[in-house]
Amino acid sequence: MSDLPIPVKPKSRFRLALESDLFYTFRRSPVAMVSAAVVVVLVLSAIFAPLIAPTNPFNPASLNLMNGFTPPMTPNAFTGDSFLMGTDDQGRDVFSTILYGMRISLFVGVAAVFFAMVLGITLGLISGYVGGWTETIIMRTADVQLTFPSILVAMLIFGIAKGVTPVEYRDQMAIWVLILAIGLSDWVQFARVVRGATLVEKNKEYVQAARLIGRTPGAIMLRHILPNVLSPVLVIATISLALAIIAEATLSFLGVGAPPTQPSLGTLIRIGQGFLFSGEWWILLFPAITLLALALSVNLLGDWLRDALNPRLR
Amino acid sequence: MKTTLAISMAAALLATTATVNAETLRWARSGDALTLDPHAQNEGPTHTIRHQMYEPLIIRDVTGAFEPALATDWAPSADDPNVWVFNLRQGVKFHDGADFTAEDVVFSFERAKQPNSDMKELIGSITEVRAVDDFTVEMVTDGPNPILPSNLTNLFIMDKGWTEANNTVNVQDFEGGEITFATTNANGTGPYVLQSREPDVKTVMVKNDNYWGIDQFPMEVTEIVYTPIQNAATRVAALLSGEVDFLQDMPVQDLDRVNNADGLVVKQAPQNRVIFFGMNQGADDIEADNIDGANPLADVRVRKAMSMAINRDAIRQVVMRGQSQPAGMIAPPFVNGWTEAMDSESTTDIEGAKALMAEAGYGDGFSIRLDCPNDRYVNDEAICQAAVGMLGQIGITVNLDAKPKAQHFPLITDGKTDFYMLGWGVPTYDSEYIFNFLVHGRESDIGTWNGTGFDNDDLDAKIKSLASNTDLEARNADIASIWRVVQDEQLYIPIHHQVLNWGMSEKVGIEVDPEDQPKIKYFTMN
Repeated sequence: MSDLPIPVKPKSRFRLALESDLFYTFRRSPVAMVSAAVVVVLVLSAIFAPLIAPTNPFNPASLNLMNGFTPPMTPNAFTGDSFLMGTDDQGRDVFSTILYGMRISLFVGVAAVFFAMVLGITLGLISGYVGGWTETIIMRTADVQLTFPSILVAMLIFGIAKGVTPVEYRDQMAIWVLILAIGLSDWVQFARVVRGATLVEKNKEYVQAARLIGRTPGAIMLRHILPNVLSPVLVIATISLALAIIAEATLSFLGVGAPPTQPSLGTLIRIGQGFLFSGEWWILLFPAITLLALALSVNLLGDWLRDALNPRLR
Repeated sequence: MKTTLAISMAAALLATTATVNAETLRWARSGDALTLDPHAQNEGPTHTIRHQMYEPLIIRDVTGAFEPALATDWAPSADDPNVWVFNLRQGVKFHDGADFTAEDVVFSFERAKQPNSDMKELIGSITEVRAVDDFTVEMVTDGPNPILPSNLTNLFIMDKGWTEANNTVNVQDFEGGEITFATTNANGTGPYVLQSREPDVKTVMVKNDNYWGIDQFPMEVTEIVYTPIQNAATRVAALLSGEVDFLQDMPVQDLDRVNNADGLVVKQAPQNRVIFFGMNQGADDIEADNIDGANPLADVRVRKAMSMAINRDAIRQVVMRGQSQPAGMIAPPFVNGWTEAMDSESTTDIEGAKALMAEAGYGDGFSIRLDCPNDRYVNDEAICQAAVGMLGQIGITVNLDAKPKAQHFPLITDGKTDFYMLGWGVPTYDSEYIFNFLVHGRESDIGTWNGTGFDNDDLDAKIKSLASNTDLEARNADIASIWRVVQDEQLYIPIHHQVLNWGMSEKVGIEVDPEDQPKIKYFTMN
């Protein structure tokens, strides 16, 4: 028998992921694991809200006003109905409303960050690679926008959009306008980081080689530079997600976000805040805890990712 | 160091002794006066602010009874039943020092009849106001008008010279967004003088030391600081923390909390105000719905069904926490023409409402926009939200658009809303006031708040004849028959009569006024 080499089975992608540095540091970080678990539970319960929630709070016809202000786990005096987390002023089940509200919060957060990311990466790549006047215009615009608090920029965009949309479509439009507003107020971060990384990368040999063989600037930016600047973008995106969720909640809390008939977590907190003095604490407390858990765990996850992707911090 | 400390302590001591006689009333409510122009916007909170600085000929005191203000007495003329004679108070000066004379009364009434004026319905029956001498005015009406004085309690008198000097003779075009000198400045004869005003932020008024009634009324408040606070929780927090001494528009959910707090009281009375929904039934097609080429609100069955879908008891129980009385007609119980029978005509019947909708051809429902204020009435937005759910049960999808009253009210007076919330108080205590503003077809000088598009010529003639009908029995019969039409046509959807709650620090001495019109000159401060 000759010593034939045992054929090496190529490792599956899953195994590669399990053996990666990233997963190793993840396993070593209890904070990351707990926050990841919280995020997974919250995201899943938001996605499957229609299956989990006992009622559909977005259907006004299904509400019974007489159920209003029922305390948690206590039968209502008029209807006898009982609710896990009580009901709000309109008789909506707070638990169901949180599940549905989280959907809006998460959707707006993810979509806004995605929008900001696409915009920021595009502008960052262009200004870093092209340079000159293009860079000056884009980056000075970014600097000007940075001098305004992002929530103010978002409110400005929301106000303009509300003015130009017909009233009938305002409720449906509100979510998209929120995404646009938060996204537009958030792209600067991405653009700055990508531009900085592009400036470093564009003088490296592989880029010069690509240029020599005649690839177009667009292809060089997308195919060659972009993959190498993505890891800081990933970190910013995660942290931005937490900020976007909070920005959405802030806008809704201020009454310029999700409509009261389709409340997001911020709208729920705004509604509950009106009943703080009168003892109906559950309307405020449960949505607030949910928002806190969501934003905190996404943020902690982002922190961990930043450390894990930065070899110098290890 | 020590001497500086001693001096500053002495100074502080002096300052406290000096302020013993100065009493500041810090006053808050949900919204601000829409304008200071005395004849633009006939709206409660706007009148409230004006009442501190301007005066009408006659006011209502804390009990609602007439009290002489700029007129000392008034009576129908002995010679002509169509004439009222007013004797004016002598020696009264405007804030800028000008003398108050009959000329100012004539001028103010002419100003209040201008097209932009929102007070013209109240004096529609007056054909001429003439000055007999410096302190006597005669008002000629187009027929004998026995209830004329009750129409004058919010009709403020301006100084002719001041308006001319400041180019503000014309009433502000509020709907058009006009700003004039009179909208931000005030020069009346009233007990308080405007010191500073930042709309929607803060208005400061100080005691008028030359006020004619300075010895006649308590006048214990020397300075008024008025702050609108739209958010209910913030408003109550301000009262609880002692930042505010006097709170109108008490949130109903916090009554117990305030009552149980040390040094605070809540005073309560039924209010002269009814809350209701209006529907545009006059148009062939409306813009706010999803039905093309037809107006579902034009069908009385749809309007009846909508009224039947509203569960007023639930609104009272949950949204208002018992602080309201379900209404069946849009007149408060104080008003001549109100009957208990008509006020209990609203019933809740979802199945019956669905049947009516199907009968009208809208069995599948329709969608419509509801315009609602969010800083005017007690829990206005929450009531609208509750209505969204209730109307949803009979297939009507309601898109709620809630906004501050300054943007909401022009929609009604401009006819730009098809389904809206409105509240109406009746300072004259007579149904004619309601008919003139809300039932009579919309014309340039009458029916200006009638956003329903309802226009019935026979009924309009009857409404117009009320002003000069001296036979009270026949007049009341006419009022009853007009109400019958309003009820049968379901012109409006009545919701409830408000209960009025004022929260205040114990040092403030005042009783609740059913019109929700606190006049600070009656306040005592201990």
